[in-house]
Amino acid sequence: MKLDIRYFAWLRERVGTASEQVETEAGTVAELIAELRARDEGYAYAFSDTGSIRAAIDQDLVEMDAPLAGAREVAFFPPMTGG
Amino acid sequence: MPAPVRVQSAPFDMGAELNAFAAGVTGAGAVVSFSGITRDIATGDLEVMEIEHFPGMTEKALTEIRTQAMERFGLADAMILHRYGPLKPSEPIMMVATAARHRADAFAGAEFLMDYLKSRAPFWKKEVTAAGAAWVEARSEDEDALSRWSAAD
Repeated sequence: MKLDIRYFAWLRERVGTASEQVETEAGTVAELIAELRARDEGYAYAFSDTGSIRAAIDQDLVEMDAPLAGAREVAFFPPMTGG
Repeated sequence: MPAPVRVQSAPFDMGAELNAFAAGVTGAGAVVSFSGITRDIATGDLEVMEIEHFPGMTEKALTEIRTQAMERFGLADAMILHRYGPLKPSEPIMMVATAARHRADAFAGAEFLMDYLKSRAPFWKKEVTAAGAAWVEARSEDEDALSRWSAAD
């Protein structure tokens, strides 16, 4: 399936792009991260500490084991620091 | 009346916002507000605070948080205003205000809004000083603050 992926804050800086489209067979957010991490050193570095990464599917915050079925967009970002 | 959830780059006037909010409230005798201003504590030489957000998800998350607060504390009204983009030291970043029949719900509602906003709304702060730029790290206290609301269920 085709997925739009978006990156924010330091994850965007480390990956080197704000958004991209990927073709993936990953079943969950965690599996998608594993695929991305295997791409190259930049992605491996960006996703090295999954405890510091949050994910949203179609703009809803989700856990790492959330299924990707039906998803159009997945966003990755660090813990939020608003307020 | 201004929209109850606003995400904007433009500066705002805390006093004017609070007056407008209070003027629109009916059936409530208590109004509480909280404002966050750009702090200059970490190193004392903050030049700019850059706030990044996730357009679309931000508005959605803030609207959900506001709805939850309204229902949970029986608020007469609530507003959330949050800025993004480059901010100078001491500039207002954001504010929330709540209105309720009595002060306890207005205070609790404002705290609830702030606790959820800090850890659940997609904003990220970056501090720019003469020495360079650094992302502000999330504090575990902020995540812990959420547990008191679920523990009370």
